[in-house]
Amino acid sequence: MSIRGGLRFILLSEIVFPFVLLILGVTLGLLQVLQRAGIIKSTSYLGIEYYQGLTLHGTINAIVFTTFIIVAFSNAMVMFSLKRSLKPGVQWVSWLLMVGGTLMAAYAMLTGKANVLYTFYPPLIAHWTFYVGVVLLVVGSLVPFFFDWIPNYIAWRRENPTGRFPLPVLGVFVTFILWFIIVIPVSIEILFQLLPLSLGWVEEINPLLARTLFWFFGHPLVYFWLLPAYIMLYSILPKLVGGKLYSDPAARLALLLFLVFSVPVGLHHQYTEGGLSAGWKLWHAFLTFMVALPSFITAFTVAASLEHGARQRGGKGLFAWWAKLPYFSREGDQWLFSYFIAGLLLFLFGGITGIVNASYNLNLAVHNTSWVVGHFHTTVGGLVTLAFLGISLYMMAKLRGVEVKAKGLAVAAPYLWLIGMMVFEVAMSVAAFYGFPRRTAAGASYIDPASPLYHPEWYFWAHLSAGGGAIAVLGFVAYLVSFLGTLFARPVREPVVEFPMAEALHDEPVPLLSNLRPWLTVSILLIAFSYTYPIYESMTKGITAKSPAYNDRLPVPLKQTQTEASAEIPR
Amino acid sequence: MDRFEKNAIVLALALLFFFFGLVVYAAKALQIEVPTCLTGVNPFQEGRVIVLDEGAKRYQVNLLARMWNFEPYEIRLPAGAKVDLYLTSRDVVHGLRINYTNVNLMAIPGTVSYARVRFDKPGVYSIVCHEYCGINHHLMAGKIIVE
Repeated sequence: MSIRGGLRFILLSEIVFPFVLLILGVTLGLLQVLQRAGIIKSTSYLGIEYYQGLTLHGTINAIVFTTFIIVAFSNAMVMFSLKRSLKPGVQWVSWLLMVGGTLMAAYAMLTGKANVLYTFYPPLIAHWTFYVGVVLLVVGSLVPFFFDWIPNYIAWRRENPTGRFPLPVLGVFVTFILWFIIVIPVSIEILFQLLPLSLGWVEEINPLLARTLFWFFGHPLVYFWLLPAYIMLYSILPKLVGGKLYSDPAARLALLLFLVFSVPVGLHHQYTEGGLSAGWKLWHAFLTFMVALPSFITAFTVAASLEHGARQRGGKGLFAWWAKLPYFSREGDQWLFSYFIAGLLLFLFGGITGIVNASYNLNLAVHNTSWVVGHFHTTVGGLVTLAFLGISLYMMAKLRGVEVKAKGLAVAAPYLWLIGMMVFEVAMSVAAFYGFPRRTAAGASYIDPASPLYHPEWYFWAHLSAGGGAIAVLGFVAYLVSFLGTLFARPVREPVVEFPMAEALHDEPVPLLSNLRPWLTVSILLIAFSYTYPIYESMTKGITAKSPAYNDRLPVPLKQTQTEASAEIPR
Repeated sequence: MDRFEKNAIVLALALLFFFFGLVVYAAKALQIEVPTCLTGVNPFQEGRVIVLDEGAKRYQVNLLARMWNFEPYEIRLPAGAKVDLYLTSRDVVHGLRINYTNVNLMAIPGTVSYARVRFDKPGVYSIVCHEYCGINHHLMAGKIIVE
């Protein structure tokens, strides 16, 4: 489908703008592994303090980059699947909100006024521009769903009264319904607790309630990242290997199960805190196991689709067909395969480590250790990042009307990333058994042999994780060369929005699997049941006193420091 | 859905229920429990070790986390000590894990987290703050010395 003018600019910039920030985010990631290992001794480097860099790394990579690419991909996918143009006015509003919000939050983080990490737990408090920026980014990302894709779908439905809900559009709708649901609790947290506290409109807030509201958002957030990658696995990946999607109903079932089980699981991030009843934590643990089911279904569907494709390419035997997949192919669009397969291999480990995290009492062994960091660098830093990098390069080349440049580097990039992240994951996981904490500038204390706090048992693993991080960054540099080459290449054809789309092998229509309503109803009932009491408990029984605001510099409430003009900053 | 797909789903469900069964078994039969909501325990303003029963080696430890240390910083206990550990924070969110034990707790101001732990082996059990709590977070540590 051809595209031009403002719409083309919007889609292109929704890829290029976060990519510029991602370069900073990845660079800071490299600094962090070096600082954690004590290879860089100082906690402040290039004018960026460790925890400031960590805030930027998390916020840019996991919130800004993901949200922009999800909106760009969904815009393009809905447009391509429904064969209807997008509405420029709506897209401009969304674009301005997202870019404006990101710039506001970036200002707060870059000036050191928001050293709160991307989970921003109060009573540590950031400058108000950080919170307003995040809210604007999130609201902007929802605008196209309500004012562009839904109206377009309704118009499409009128023209195609008997047509089946296209699978990728169903996926995008599930993703954004989920996104809309979870934005509500985090908006309540920000607008009624954090922002008023930051502006001094209130003296104190309830930090336990803030955490419960945050994780109401924070865990389903990972499915907001993951679902677009699954849509690519269902609709694009099988085509790349010359096969078909093994089963259309199974793909729909997996998407709809995510709608049901994704949200009421947040307490599994709060197992170790007092103030919440163990029984409700166990219930959320059970639902977290249930949300693993659609991932298992996806694992089967993807493997079966790959096998079908490999057999079309002459693959034989029980396992020998694995050798027939286009791992290093640079033909046509096949370079994109490397991103998905490397991502899937990482996600295998992400899934297994995730089940450990979810396992209630087993979580006591790993909570807030480097284990968790290893886990999410193979999930959001694995499959999600690689799928998004691959699809960004693909869409950008099509939108510019050019061939992907330096394809060899583009194919090598995900494998370097895979090797680097695997080393990182193993190092962080093993270190966790010895209690290595996450979110800690360990190089300035625990990893420094000269420090009284030195922990020799962490030393080797911290260095190994730095090696893994460095290899992953090499992969990113390879990608960067290809991305920039493609971005500045001379156009050779019409700019288009298109994707390689696979047909389904098993394709019997199941009406229940194309109807969002019953699944959404069950989802809302389950959320209401699972969260009513924990929220009530967070507001009443679990907590006896509210907290004033603090910043990251001083161990006294912010109000007090503002009145003491002579307050010095200890380092 | 074809046969293979159904089998895969049944197998996945069986595996998940098996895992969950093990978790419940560990919680109920082996008593490896996560902290729960305490009512009737007020957040304390100072940390200290209280001897509940010297002969039976029962102790209560009120551990106060604050930017950027633990009070008490160093806790001495005899081998075999049975400890009721209460943790709270005086300012922002902190957390700790006691190495070689199942103790892993968050310290949230206004709430008290509780764990029961037994120290059988003599040695030094290090404690580090494992939740980001400001610019000196990486210096916030303590220890339990079991003799």
